[in-house]
Amino acid sequence: MAGTALQRRLIWRTAEVVDLIDETPRARSLALAVPGWPGQLAGQHVDVRLTAEDGYQAERSYSIASAPAGELLTLTVERLDDGEVSPYLAGELRAGDKLELRGPIGGYFVWEVALGGPLLLVAGGSGICPLMAMLRLRQAAAGAIATRLLYSSRSLEDVIFRDELDRLVATGSGLEVIHTLTRSVPEGWPGLHRRIDTAMLSAIAWPPAERPLIFICGPTPLVESAAGSLVNLGHEPARIKTERFGPTGG
Amino acid sequence: MGFVSRAFQGRPRDQPRDARLPPGQYLVRDFPVLSAGPTPHTSLDEWSFSIEGEVDAEKHWSWEELRALRSETVTRDIHCVTEWSKLDTTWEGISVDTLLEGVETAADYVMAFCDGGYTTNLPLDDVTGGKAWIAFAFDGQPLESQHGGPARLLVPHLYFWKSAKWVRGLRLMNEDSPGFWETYGYHMYGDPWQEQRYSGD
Repeated sequence: MAGTALQRRLIWRTAEVVDLIDETPRARSLALAVPGWPGQLAGQHVDVRLTAEDGYQAERSYSIASAPAGELLTLTVERLDDGEVSPYLAGELRAGDKLELRGPIGGYFVWEVALGGPLLLVAGGSGICPLMAMLRLRQAAAGAIATRLLYSSRSLEDVIFRDELDRLVATGSGLEVIHTLTRSVPEGWPGLHRRIDTAMLSAIAWPPAERPLIFICGPTPLVESAAGSLVNLGHEPARIKTERFGPTGG
Repeated sequence: MGFVSRAFQGRPRDQPRDARLPPGQYLVRDFPVLSAGPTPHTSLDEWSFSIEGEVDAEKHWSWEELRALRSETVTRDIHCVTEWSKLDTTWEGISVDTLLEGVETAADYVMAFCDGGYTTNLPLDDVTGGKAWIAFAFDGQPLESQHGGPARLLVPHLYFWKSAKWVRGLRLMNEDSPGFWETYGYHMYGDPWQEQRYSGD
């Protein structure tokens, strides 16, 4: 579990909102210009800090969804009804507004092209964000790295990046995307309609002997269950990396 | 006046901010889970706890031996670097002072090591003097595996990544050395009241 020393001081930077994209009824992408941004690895996150007029501040962490090479930094934020920060970011914020953030943060839950594959990505809800950064990086890289994404959403309209995922699959670069819907399904839905379970992972993951590199991101019950299932199926714990997205506070 | 986020209100502030909440933190009532990999499940028959490294003689305890030691129940606030804090959490565990009784060392630092390969570094002074425990119960119940059970280090005065889950021992060190998250740029010490989240804070 050794890492690369990163001892650079993380200063607060002022980002400008360049574009806002509604991904689903509850999730919005913020495309940000961040002067002086040092760059990031796919899977890293930032801390965002909001300041009210009376000096009151609130901080939260958000994963970066854009590829490392992108000119703009994209955060995709799911609006939580009782949240303090997410309703502002995914509701109030307009193009031209300024936002304070610092990063990049983390360095374990990251994928680089040199790590290769096969690559198994498991996402729940807005847990897709850091995995999307990996998929976007993978697409830009030369050569097809065998990759499967198992993505659990509540309903089809809650699937974040659905069109882009379809497009990435259509390029024929060796990416397979398997959606499972946990609540409502459209009429005639041919796909999976249940929570991620051992049988599903067994069918979709490569055999343990092929040693896929596995990244799981989502709410805690999904992460705990999927990681536990994959270990029980024989995958090496050290090749399974996890990240949590909870409804906490938001 | 510094930076202001246009039209940001934040939570109602009709009551003063809780003085027990460090800067940049918000209160939660649930107990979020964070970890870098799968939850390890070591059977209690195979579990042991060790004091090793720069000591004259290593010490080892089986699960039963550790549980036979005098335990304490403590209620403390905990603060995660991902900005949540939880007040008045109640734990039962063995004081690290109890485990270090009779240990001869010139070391100034410890590295906590864990099932699953996680490590975190702390000054020896921060795990002695009634400041740290090997906790095996939370809220009167055996500590759940997703929260670090069977036992985790509890060092509530530092950010909670220092309270290593699934802890199996302390390695005493003469020099400070970064643990798992510290290698990735998290702060070597991690005082929430100084907001020491990342290197250089």
